[in-house]
Amino acid sequence: MADKTISKARGDDSSPLAISLDNINKTFGSVRANKDVCLSVVQGTIHGIVGENGAGKSTLVSILYGFYSADSGTVAISGEPVRLRSAADAIAAGIGMVHQHFMLVPNFTVLENIILGHEVGSDLKAGARQAEASLKGITERYGLSVDLQAVVQDLPVGLQQRVEILKALYRGARILILDEPTGVLTPQETEQLFDILGTLKAQGVTILLITHKLKEIMAVTDFVSVMRSGEMVDHLQTAQTNPQQLAQMMVGRPVLLDVGYQAAQAGQAMLNAEHLTVTETSGVTSLSDVSFSVHQGEILGIAGVSGNGQSELLEVLAGIRKITSGTVQIGDRKITAEQPASPSEVKGLGLAHVPEDRHAMGLILPFTAAESAVLGYEYADMMGGRSPILSPAVMAAHCKTLMSSYDVRPAEPSLKSNLFSGGNQQKIVLARELSSQPDILLVGQPTRGVDIGAIEFIHKQLFAMRDKGCAVILVSVELDEIMSLSDRVMVMNEGKSMGIVRKADTDIQEIGLMMAGVTAASPRQQKAR
Amino acid sequence: MNASSLPRWIDIGLLPVLNLIAALTVAGVIIAIIGENPFVAMGVMIKGAFVYDGALGYTLFYTTNFIFTGLAVAVAFHAMLFNIGGEGQAMIGGLGVGLVVLFLDSVLPPLLVVILAVPAAAAFGAVWGVIPGWLQARRGSHIVITTIMFNFIASSIMVWLLAGMLMAPGQMSPETRSFADGINLPLVYEVLQMAGFSVSRSPLNLSFVIALLACFGVWYLIWRTKLGYIIRATGHSERATIYAGHDPAKIIMLVMAISGALAGMMSLNEILGVQQRVILNFTSGYGFTGIAVALMGRNHPIGIVLASLLFGALYQGGAELDFEFQTITREMVLMIQGLIILFSGALAYLFMPAVVRIYSSLRKPTGSG
Repeated sequence: MADKTISKARGDDSSPLAISLDNINKTFGSVRANKDVCLSVVQGTIHGIVGENGAGKSTLVSILYGFYSADSGTVAISGEPVRLRSAADAIAAGIGMVHQHFMLVPNFTVLENIILGHEVGSDLKAGARQAEASLKGITERYGLSVDLQAVVQDLPVGLQQRVEILKALYRGARILILDEPTGVLTPQETEQLFDILGTLKAQGVTILLITHKLKEIMAVTDFVSVMRSGEMVDHLQTAQTNPQQLAQMMVGRPVLLDVGYQAAQAGQAMLNAEHLTVTETSGVTSLSDVSFSVHQGEILGIAGVSGNGQSELLEVLAGIRKITSGTVQIGDRKITAEQPASPSEVKGLGLAHVPEDRHAMGLILPFTAAESAVLGYEYADMMGGRSPILSPAVMAAHCKTLMSSYDVRPAEPSLKSNLFSGGNQQKIVLARELSSQPDILLVGQPTRGVDIGAIEFIHKQLFAMRDKGCAVILVSVELDEIMSLSDRVMVMNEGKSMGIVRKADTDIQEIGLMMAGVTAASPRQQKAR
Repeated sequence: MNASSLPRWIDIGLLPVLNLIAALTVAGVIIAIIGENPFVAMGVMIKGAFVYDGALGYTLFYTTNFIFTGLAVAVAFHAMLFNIGGEGQAMIGGLGVGLVVLFLDSVLPPLLVVILAVPAAAAFGAVWGVIPGWLQARRGSHIVITTIMFNFIASSIMVWLLAGMLMAPGQMSPETRSFADGINLPLVYEVLQMAGFSVSRSPLNLSFVIALLACFGVWYLIWRTKLGYIIRATGHSERATIYAGHDPAKIIMLVMAISGALAGMMSLNEILGVQQRVILNFTSGYGFTGIAVALMGRNHPIGIVLASLLFGALYQGGAELDFEFQTITREMVLMIQGLIILFSGALAYLFMPAVVRIYSSLRKPTGSG
């Protein structure tokens, strides 16, 4: 009855199964999101599901949490066949879910968030007292300390996630599904999360971890299931596999996890930033006294925990955000608060920008790929310069060219942008920006939500740009990405630069410390300036 | 699954038809309740709109009004702006026509005055659209609120002027003096009679042709020009538009100017087409109905022409209904229109879940093969 592969991987058939999915099928229109998917999760283990974007992980999880109902197949929870028609059914069956984007009311307290939807009676205060008492038991048992009276929006992301976990446990979850839980966390917060998962597991909670980060799979899971294009490829015991093997299973071909860094010869400075400061209208200083320069033929990585001024830095350099004080010099043009530059002027100075948020900025999702592929280049020479007419045929031809040279699939310019996978969307943005032959390239989170196969491709493209003499500024929250691509690394904390180090002279520990706000004032940093 | 996963013919063809059928069914039930035969009433309405002598001309005359106001709403909608101010923009457009003609009809030849009056309608409407646009773009005042308020302001200005300095001397009603002879847009029946066709009298005039040209213009602007591209980009994502190097504030103001101009041109049909003087309330709700027209026409010029034709037919056929039946009053006709607006506007996607279900169950045998 149970899936044979997993029994083999497990070595015995005696352990009870928390989740057992049998031949799940789900079709959306002409897309088969899940094809005969089987999954057996042993109670009290951490079970990972890996797969690229669009492999069917989210669909599977949504079926398990009652958002979608499967077209066919059976679901059994703790050996009992169940029909999950809504999230309420799933909660009743003891399933809890921590979404990638938290489902919390920001201006409610932790306690209010936890009891939301589970208020006891009409007297809120009495219900809250009752909830507080039972939450005390839960927090002690699982070691999940959090201030119940704190307002959620004041809490760091790691604690907000803890609130989500508490919420699920308070609703009686014995099975916890975590969907890409580390995407928003710092390395330290990730470690803390993994500690919590360990405690939960020791208390008999079953955890289903959905991720695309192979390192995390290796670090915390007991078993791992690999999905590819809607199908389960294999179920493995984590101890008996390795990232390379998993990556190959996910993509279906051998992949390079590290494109291979080769030092490059940097040329003259292309962009100089001096004492850049940005104060928001709210009075918050998002960027404070940041100085750096970036040279021809080098990649300057900007490391830092998300939300420490990197996004603002990119937007200032791209002309989207106004400078409060300080200067940015590109060639002869000195951009200051008094003489601001618009995004189009900056573009004219030879700068291209691959934005962090490709959904809100890089692309226009309801537009066709052909339309998205000219965003910001409507008046470029290839589109007829100043002519007011935008020819659909020219757009389609241009898009087709970009698609074939950047291997975008499907190579169909008339397809809506939102129908492409994350990796292919990013390739469209990258193709558009790189094809303008920029002297300076700003890249924000180039591989966020991008599948492994495409990461390899994108990294190669960035190296190729650097080797052609482009000055690249790379912002990424993935420290591994910064470390594998950059020639020099600037670390940001609370809007300030904690220093710039040569990659050759540093290591992840030092960068990690700087990310936490410790200025390691070693002499070699000064040299790197 | 959502609307975008359905083929276009269902979204822009089948769904509006289903909505229309639903509205007519409910209307039919109500007509049956008051004791008339709904099928007979329907027959009268169709004959009244298309068959009787001159009926088609009247239907197309009303259609012209709806095309202008529907296009106005649609253009703004492509930038995600809800221009509720078509009514006021049309009034001010009419004021523009009136001012140009009243000042110039004694000095310039009629043809020249008419040629000047057409852009005046557009320009005055544009100004009345661009002010709320500016308030939205630069001051963050919501366009829905400001355009509604601007309808009231426009209405008050019209009363103030027409009962005041623009009122015809020696007149008691709030309207201007009549325009000089020859200052009107050519009537279609006259042109056709001159060409030797026998056509009955109707107020249908050159504005209808201008409206159709405006449809083509809007289509070309939105889908074939860079400006249209940027307008649509602004509508979908302001952040992406800023990133692309454009100023959404400018786009918003420009779009509101275009939208106001289109609404303003509605006055050509009424003022320069038939009235030949500026009267109060010549807009009689066409500006508001334009919202329903745009919704039903899915903001596409072709859809807007079809929806306008429907509303034009309702307007004209409804009048006939009122005429034929003692029990069916003008208010009853308004109710039928209201039902159509309700079903095709507010409840536009009422039938979508069912259609999606049926569509995907029909497709399944081929899809999973």
